[in-house]
Amino acid sequence: MYRSHVLVCGGTGCTSSGSAKIIESLHSEISKNGLKEEVAVVQTGCHGLCALGPIVIIYPEATFYAMVKEEDIPEIVSEHLLKGRIVTRLLYKEMVTDDGGIKSLNDTDFYKKQHRIALRNCGVINPENIDEYIGTNGYEALGKVLTEYSPDQVIQTILDSGLRGRGGGGFPTGLKWKLAKGNDADQKYVCCNADEGDPGAFMDRSVLEGDPHVVLEAMAIAGYAIGASQGYIYVRAEYPIAVDRLEIAIKQAREYGLLGKNIFGSGFDFDIDIRLGAGAFVCGEETALMTSIEGNRGEPRPRPPFPAQKGLFQKPTILNNVETYANIPQIILNGAEWFASMGTEKSKGTKVFALGGKINNTGLVEIPMGTSLRTVIDEIGGGIPNGKKFKAAQTGGPSGGCIPTEHFDIPIDYDNLISIGSMMGSGGLIVMDEDNCMVDIAKFFLEFTVDESCGKCTPCRIGTKRLHEILDKITNGQGTMDDLQKLEDLCYYIKDNALCGLGQTAPNPVLSTLRFFKDEYVAHVVDKKCPAGVCKALLSYVIDADKCKGCTLCARICPNGAIQGKVKEAHLIDQSKCIKCGACMEKCRFDAISKK
Amino acid sequence: MKSLEELKAIREKMQGQIGIRNESSEQTRVIVGMATCGIASGARPVLTALSDAVQAKGLTNVAVTQTGCIGLCQYEPIVEVLEPGKDKVTYVKMTPEKALEVVNQHLIHGQVIQKYTIAEVLG
Repeated sequence: MYRSHVLVCGGTGCTSSGSAKIIESLHSEISKNGLKEEVAVVQTGCHGLCALGPIVIIYPEATFYAMVKEEDIPEIVSEHLLKGRIVTRLLYKEMVTDDGGIKSLNDTDFYKKQHRIALRNCGVINPENIDEYIGTNGYEALGKVLTEYSPDQVIQTILDSGLRGRGGGGFPTGLKWKLAKGNDADQKYVCCNADEGDPGAFMDRSVLEGDPHVVLEAMAIAGYAIGASQGYIYVRAEYPIAVDRLEIAIKQAREYGLLGKNIFGSGFDFDIDIRLGAGAFVCGEETALMTSIEGNRGEPRPRPPFPAQKGLFQKPTILNNVETYANIPQIILNGAEWFASMGTEKSKGTKVFALGGKINNTGLVEIPMGTSLRTVIDEIGGGIPNGKKFKAAQTGGPSGGCIPTEHFDIPIDYDNLISIGSMMGSGGLIVMDEDNCMVDIAKFFLEFTVDESCGKCTPCRIGTKRLHEILDKITNGQGTMDDLQKLEDLCYYIKDNALCGLGQTAPNPVLSTLRFFKDEYVAHVVDKKCPAGVCKALLSYVIDADKCKGCTLCARICPNGAIQGKVKEAHLIDQSKCIKCGACMEKCRFDAISKK
Repeated sequence: MKSLEELKAIREKMQGQIGIRNESSEQTRVIVGMATCGIASGARPVLTALSDAVQAKGLTNVAVTQTGCIGLCQYEPIVEVLEPGKDKVTYVKMTPEKALEVVNQHLIHGQVIQKYTIAEVLG
């Protein structure tokens, strides 16, 4: 038995900032100090505060050390673990109170408004040890449904809970299961969509890395509910740690008989295999994903027939997202009413958001549905860095839209987001400040969809390309007011005619920025100006002759020889040669260079 | 594993161990003095005995932690028990055996072992 547990984050974020080295160093320092029998080092999944990684938490004191370096380990071991003295300088600064005391992690701004259901084990258990998952009531829900529930009771529980798909569409999960159960077939399938492709979203990766067994357990429950004996997890190959831990988890679950034949002696058989995605965004679309599992090129197919009728290998299939599954065992154990007591009228439970962009606390947060954007950004996210002004929040990735300041207090749920022209999507939340150009943002997302369009249907293949060309024209200062109208018409045309969700939602970033930030488009078209100073073709760097001391630094730094001037005389930028890299402005010590 | 009983056995075994990662403010805290004086007079076996017993008995609401010197070096090893809403109890001159008695009588049954407390020993 160990008196103390040292938890080190082994998620992708902390691993890339060096947590593996920290674990190594902890092991060697701990044995050097003779504490090997007393202190356990546990590699966990993501804690959510990725901006402060690598993260080390020491229990039972629940001390949260942030941005730990390998050099800090000898001090942590000899001070904290040996002598019981907390190394204050490494503490997460939010935990230190004004009078120098230490408050609980759960009382910090980042964690206190969160409610962790899908992420409950992430950062708490060792994902490579099935016993730790069982120790937090793992596989109890599976045992309960196999011994006490009929498949219809399972489906009714999920229906009553109000759980909706967390991958983007928000379709009621229980209804999906009910439809699949209603279709008789000799074989049915349960699939898990772990092909998380939205730029900036990484909650599915975190669940797979931090708590892989929860997905296996939920898939087995789903299999029992609809009458399937085989499951597939479609996970992108760019998530090597997640794939690794899933493989370990499946192996352990098979050894324990929690996957395989006759689970818990109930006569129910269920097994799971992994299929790796090669990184095509469209494979996150349900029909394309199934086509890809079948071994074909990942292209969507028309619906109907829906997967619940003819899905994988033409058999009835359900496909749910990782985060959706992560909620299932908790709903079975705590009851549908418990889950339905959280959230808003039509969106129950919690949602995980990946906070990114211009925000202080980059990371993963899980909040009850109905929390306002203001709470998420100002309180949990810690506001916007460098005292800049908030401009918009982008949700739903390339399928979503930008939410401006005036909707800052809207309670976040599926329907509210759609009503303001965005969508929940998988939960990416990118914060933008006054330095972001909204036309440029729309262009960025369109560039992504043009790249990722599979090409099967014309509206998406050619339509998104044309949208991108018009946006490019506008950001180059060659747009006309007619172009704005054309842009909008084309958006609606693509929405109405594209084959799959990717194409139908691809115009959303353009439509929502046109709706809320039309003035920025007009400034680009009419005044030939980019108000945020992003679009290079529309800005010029100028030297203020009064401020310029003639130090010649800018002239020497300019990579294109565009700056002329004699020593101790005001310099001048030759606009025809300037490539707008901004190097001169960055280096000028007299603040004499500005963008216009 | 073919039965719910086997699952339950693993769960109960693990709950005692993972309970250490609890963050409830309702926790009872057992603090062992682990400065040079404490370690020299044998605080380490006391600490491990306490922590093993707490986990073996599955007392998930108890956290066993360390602290530095509290200035009563001649009475080390010192163990303090802080229960929410109650006065602090300070045990002095502890041994692993005495520590086990504290777990059984004080932490489980709520009875302070007066003869080991600082008030009794100091007279």
